Amino acid sequence: MLFASRSFCFLGVRAYQLRTDLLCRSIKLSASATMAFRHKNTRRIEGLDSNVWVEFTKVAADPSIVNLGQGLPDISPPSYVKEELAKAAAVDRLNQYTRGFGHPSLVKALSQVYERVCGRKIDPLTDILVTVGAYGSLFSTIQALIEEGDEVIIIEPFYDCYEPMVKMAGAEPVFIPLRYKNDGNSTSSADWVLDPAELANKFNSKTKAIILNTPNNPIGKVFTREELQVIADLCIKHDTLCISDEVYEWMVYKGNKHIKIATLPGMWERTITIGSAGKTYSVTGWKLGWSIGPQNLIKHLQVVHQNTLYTCPTPLQEALAQAFWIDFKRMDDPDCYFYSLSRELESKRDRMAQLLQEAGLKPVIPDGGYFMIVDVSTLNVDLSDVDENQPYDYKFVKWMIRSKKLSAIPLSAFCGPETKRQFEKYIRFCFIKKDSTLDAAEVILKNWNKQTA
Amino acid sequence: LPLVKFSNSLSFSLQAKMSRPLQAQRLEGTDKNIWVEFVKLAATYSKVNLGQGFPDFPPPDFLKEAFVKALSGENHMMHQYTRAFGHPPLVKILAQFYGKLLGRDLDPMTNVMVTVGAYQALFCCFQAFIEEGDEVIIIEPFFDCYEPMTKMAGGTPVFVPLRPKAPKDGKLMSSKDWQLDPAELASKFNERTKAIVLNSPNNPLGKVFSRGELELIADLCVKHDVLCFSDEVYEWLVYDGKEHIRIASLPGMWDRTVIIGSAGKTFSATGWKVGWTVGPNRLQQHLRNVHQNSVYHCATAAQEAVAQGFQRELELYGKADSYFSQLPKELQQKRDWLVQSLDAVGMKPIVPEGTYFLVADISKFKSDVPDVPDSDEPYDSRFAKWMVKNKGLAAIPLSAFYSGAHKNNYNHFIRFCFAKKEATLKAANDILQKWKQEKTSP
Repeated sequence: MLFASRSFCFLGVRAYQLRTDLLCRSIKLSASATMAFRHKNTRRIEGLDSNVWVEFTKVAADPSIVNLGQGLPDISPPSYVKEELAKAAAVDRLNQYTRGFGHPSLVKALSQVYERVCGRKIDPLTDILVTVGAYGSLFSTIQALIEEGDEVIIIEPFYDCYEPMVKMAGAEPVFIPLRYKNDGNSTSSADWVLDPAELANKFNSKTKAIILNTPNNPIGKVFTREELQVIADLCIKHDTLCISDEVYEWMVYKGNKHIKIATLPGMWERTITIGSAGKTYSVTGWKLGWSIGPQNLIKHLQVVHQNTLYTCPTPLQEALAQAFWIDFKRMDDPDCYFYSLSRELESKRDRMAQLLQEAGLKPVIPDGGYFMIVDVSTLNVDLSDVDENQPYDYKFVKWMIRSKKLSAIPLSAFCGPETKRQFEKYIRFCFIKKDSTLDAAEVILKNWNKQTA
Repeated sequence: LPLVKFSNSLSFSLQAKMSRPLQAQRLEGTDKNIWVEFVKLAATYSKVNLGQGFPDFPPPDFLKEAFVKALSGENHMMHQYTRAFGHPPLVKILAQFYGKLLGRDLDPMTNVMVTVGAYQALFCCFQAFIEEGDEVIIIEPFFDCYEPMTKMAGGTPVFVPLRPKAPKDGKLMSSKDWQLDPAELASKFNERTKAIVLNSPNNPLGKVFSRGELELIADLCVKHDVLCFSDEVYEWLVYDGKEHIRIASLPGMWDRTVIIGSAGKTFSATGWKVGWTVGPNRLQQHLRNVHQNSVYHCATAAQEAVAQGFQRELELYGKADSYFSQLPKELQQKRDWLVQSLDAVGMKPIVPEGTYFLVADISKFKSDVPDVPDSDEPYDSRFAKWMVKNKGLAAIPLSAFYSGAHKNNYNHFIRFCFAKKEATLKAANDILQKWKQEKTSP
């Protein structure tokens, strides 16, 4: 049947097309059964297709909705950052491939900034990898160092990608929740802590790594030196890696200090520290991040990178390098963007907290980051008639988007299966928003109780 | 009790270095990379770099303008996340464009996905569909990443060579003369075969697979129910009036093919790293799954600019003004220039039907670089290194594009990239001429 089609070639293209169409249909019919089975996805991605962002960014895309959901700024990045990109794009060779593991001027700038922060020498060529966002760094790290048979400890609530990435690497996520200290009325992110004994129990000989996120998304917790020491002691005792997601490192508010776990004794050798241009410079759409660590770990991340996307965009890396030089030179100056952004965000944080409190809610005031979680159970919104089999906070956010035109993200998206119930009364707001956005949110929150169900 | 804790932490810090094996097994055999080495050599020694595949001329003005417009516009949301599976204006125009080329109605949301270069598109294909127990057929010579990507996914690469037919006396060899043996190809397919990687136009040879050759492959894919990862990044770079045929347009192939494209190659902007996949939702959904769990979003502004570029090209499609018509015209001239240069000095070029690469036979130059019989390194690799260090001319050894076991099968060829300014090609010619003179003079 297949070979017969060739003899029709001489009859011209049209006749050929007709016959092969008929042929095609008959092949389709006979092959359809096997096709369904054979073109199945691999096991590594089984069950990893659903994603809170795909669900909620679609719903919140309506411009009439005040979007405090997904974590992206609607404030402008600093003008010099935008200018540097325009300048870079005008240079011919900067529109072509650069060094795979990171554009030379960028890794040089990163090494200078982080040498200063960490107080140790960082080799730009061997100790740094530039990736597609911090997301890409997390992926490269996990693919390089984690595999089947490994366990990875994840602290809840967690940035949602940690779990699918660990699973995609064939490993087992082991969850441990931050627990609220029942310590009086004020709610600060500092009130959410790990139980040291509970944490110690999670470590065993299969534990390959723990993922740390400080400042934490979504709660905004900034881990203290003592808290980091507890984690570090366990990492050293069990010879475990630490994957430290520090994308919000510059966003810490008064009275708090961001401490890098890699600077604790015995930790540099076993830590990959991850950073993000998107969060540092309010340019999430640049998708540039980096991993910093000892050569003997980074070299494996580099191997993953060279076999996944090879190199990151050049003009963006050059622009980022220039922006870093500008701010590196003023790291002693309060005008440095790393500090000025933090001050700007602190007043937005305080405003957001006030708005929520005035609406009768109890927000958890974050010590860092640009998210704030709030317990909505006090609003007593009855959603029991909503059919969907989803946690309360998913239903609440969907209801709030529809009826209040305000969006947020449900906190159970950031929890493992056991803990979802514990956090399903919380939702997360993002406050890196311009004044007019926060003004619009204020109107909605002030009028919340005025509308009857 | 505090004393015990103190001494414990001291001894712990002494064992601070990680003692257990670190890297995951999936990295086994994937750490070597030809580019890391040769890019460094070119950066250190080359005066004329015809090695790594990127243009030394800029992207077209309309594209650069589109980028600047995207960045400086009122809308600073160009600096923030866009849709993860592809910036809406870009996927819309890609769906339109490829829909037109394939004669199909394509849905931008489900039939198209944007990736960080074609490289990441390939990665998504392997991760989505290849795992332990699967075989992947790779046609040699091949763009080197196919092999480590197969291995990293736990698959087994199965190689089948293009074999050169000797050209007629006096004629230069063409990439057309390198062909698959149909029986040999058929013998590579079995029940474990999950996919075949097709690269047409082919890097490094420049071969543009004919309809007959594609049908051969398609028949086997259909017969054995195999997927086709079709790397078509050089789709617009075809010469001498040849046609680039998309295998997905052949009977039975749309449902089992992922088409991969690249803005870097299409618009001479390799540093932008914007690529895409096109295919049926049934396959695309799994690519989206890998993508959302690996990089998630691609940079926004470049996608906006590429969308503008495609809009322009859609409007000018088939016209003389279109970049897709002008670029291959220009490159064909450069190809002919380089062919002449190489032929004049005794390197035998294989005239490519497509891409911006050209492979030349360097057997006549053995005198400068002696054979080392017990060497682990293939001859062409040693030759290319010697050439860049001593003559300042960078090229890539063909053995780089062969599997380990086959690196010595075709080890007297090197690959040149001719997507270069006239001045660069002239300078290359000068080096070659001088070299020839040095060899012939006493």
